[in-house]
Amino acid sequence: MDKKLIQVEHLKQYFPAGGYGKNKRYVKAVDDVSFFVKKGETLGLVGESGCGKTTTGRTLLRLYEPTAGKIIYDDQVIFDSEKKIKVDMLPYRKKMQIVFQDPYASLDPRMTIGDIVGEAIDIHKLATNKKERYDIIIEMLRRVGLNSEHANRYPHEFSGGQRQRVGIARALAVNPEFIVCDEPISALDVSIQAQVINMFEDLQAELGLTYLFIAHDLSAVKHISNRIGVMYLGKMVELADSHELITHSLHPYTRSLISAIPIADPKIARENKRIVLEGDVPSPLNPPTGCRFRTRCPYATAECAEKEPEWREVSAGHYVACHHYLQ
Amino acid sequence: MSEYLVDINHEKLSFFTPAGEVKALNDVSIHVKQGEVLGIVGESGSGKSVTAYSLMGLTAHPGKLMGGTLEFNGHEIHNMSEKEFRKIRGNEISIIFQDPMTSLNPVYSIGNQIEEVILLHTGKNKKEAHERAVELLTLVGINEPEKRLKQYPHELSGGMRQRVMIAIALACEPKLLIADEPTTALDVTIQAQILELMMELKEKLGMAIIMITHDLGVVASMCEKIAVMYGGRIVEYGTTDDIFYNPKHEYTKGLLKSIPRLDAEVHERLVPIEGTPIDLLNPPKGCPFAPRCSRCMKICLKEMPPVTTFSDVHYTQCWMNQKAQMEGGENLG
Repeated sequence: MDKKLIQVEHLKQYFPAGGYGKNKRYVKAVDDVSFFVKKGETLGLVGESGCGKTTTGRTLLRLYEPTAGKIIYDDQVIFDSEKKIKVDMLPYRKKMQIVFQDPYASLDPRMTIGDIVGEAIDIHKLATNKKERYDIIIEMLRRVGLNSEHANRYPHEFSGGQRQRVGIARALAVNPEFIVCDEPISALDVSIQAQVINMFEDLQAELGLTYLFIAHDLSAVKHISNRIGVMYLGKMVELADSHELITHSLHPYTRSLISAIPIADPKIARENKRIVLEGDVPSPLNPPTGCRFRTRCPYATAECAEKEPEWREVSAGHYVACHHYLQ
Repeated sequence: MSEYLVDINHEKLSFFTPAGEVKALNDVSIHVKQGEVLGIVGESGSGKSVTAYSLMGLTAHPGKLMGGTLEFNGHEIHNMSEKEFRKIRGNEISIIFQDPMTSLNPVYSIGNQIEEVILLHTGKNKKEAHERAVELLTLVGINEPEKRLKQYPHELSGGMRQRVMIAIALACEPKLLIADEPTTALDVTIQAQILELMMELKEKLGMAIIMITHDLGVVASMCEKIAVMYGGRIVEYGTTDDIFYNPKHEYTKGLLKSIPRLDAEVHERLVPIEGTPIDLLNPPKGCPFAPRCSRCMKICLKEMPPVTTFSDVHYTQCWMNQKAQMEGGENLG
């Protein structure tokens, strides 16, 4: 389980946001992020909207072409901006898949469920004849708790939870090793969320999958992940083993994020003193100098405005980027 | 006049759609006292929003009240005309909607939208209304109110817009504030700010709040009483402690077991509620939760269970509870 399946180094993703020549402006959606995912584990990625977690996931799969950085998958460099390496992704698409957030928008309404799942099989030529293709489709649907009669139906005939299952079946159709789960449960009802989370866990145990699990719901991420990374405004601010991150968080942002989560237990909730952060997340077009969290940080000093904090490992496997990380 | 500010008894409400009659509410009773916070939890389509909207007369066509009585602060809501509704809407009852991005009018300035409410419901003139608007923005914690009043919704962030919505809702010091998933569209750190603000304002102004949400964490910290809704019915009703520490209905129990806990020491597998929510166009004959219930009995599929009471406030609608109580075994629940 110690083998690194996917590794990114100094990944950057800038999106142009108007202006010409010298005045050209960029949204620095992901700015210098480094991490790795070990084979068979689940790495959770949390943060508020606009922090770059979804962009990280998509850039990792090169659904967006990275601005800079290096991506290594299974010891093969698939992108390196310095050495100008850009490999053909088609063989890798079979190994790396994604489940999208919105099950209402990510399925083509004019395709049957069977064709949605079967499309990937066609592209990668995984079936030699129609019978084989059909068998794979049914196998995938069965695996996610749907059955063969569903193959001929259209997305609108399904509920949100069932659609998300179709999205998962589509990702599984090519027998991937690595799946980016981009907020796969946030559009679902509470009672359905647990079903989908359990299914992700079962599939991982059964097929030895590796996940990058992106969500803004820290409780759900904590439940499913081995390790968790916390992002703020395009930067990774803390990364640690999930239990360690919840119980011994070092970054002030992680602490406030944890305390802001409403706990479904009235006695604890009444006693719990929330650390309420002032203000809103600054615009990524014009992020603060130095540490990006300093405008909302209760511990910010002059140093934070001048120098950007380094990304360092403070104890085994516990990374943090903060000048005054908390003990 | 009853002792309750909100007194809904046996409300039945249907929507007549081209596909058929959707029984959105079935025998719903809700009581809220002055200054009390009631939470309504349930999944989408359970009827939690409709219950609150019907109090404001927002369920007109194709919605129709099929039975029951609704009283609010001495008004007989069920007999009220649209004209009468306009007098109390935004004045005695106010509402905050889920999505602050779409519930403000993009072509009017913030000031315009707040002052509109004040001018409509009070005798104040424009200058006084403006002063009141400044006062309100300060109350909800917005800096530089004079500047903000001239701005338009797109210039504000989500959290800020929700604060403006709260300011509008509080403009006439309502007796009841309905908050329909006020923080669902917001990030957790902003959610914490807004919830804090709502509790502060409640203390200051002494209004009652009906908090509609699907997040059990939100109700745990804010509410005194909770109604759990499923399929257009209240399946369990009780104080916050009753619901969290002594849940009796299988749906409530299932809901509590199915959410991941941040403070869990060891990794425990979640216990999901199997199946999917019911289709209100073709509701099951008996208990709405029966098709998904792990302890479903024959009678559950045939007949709607009667109310079983455990204390003054705590009650459920479940055959299991009814059976347990009839057998005298209070603890079987």
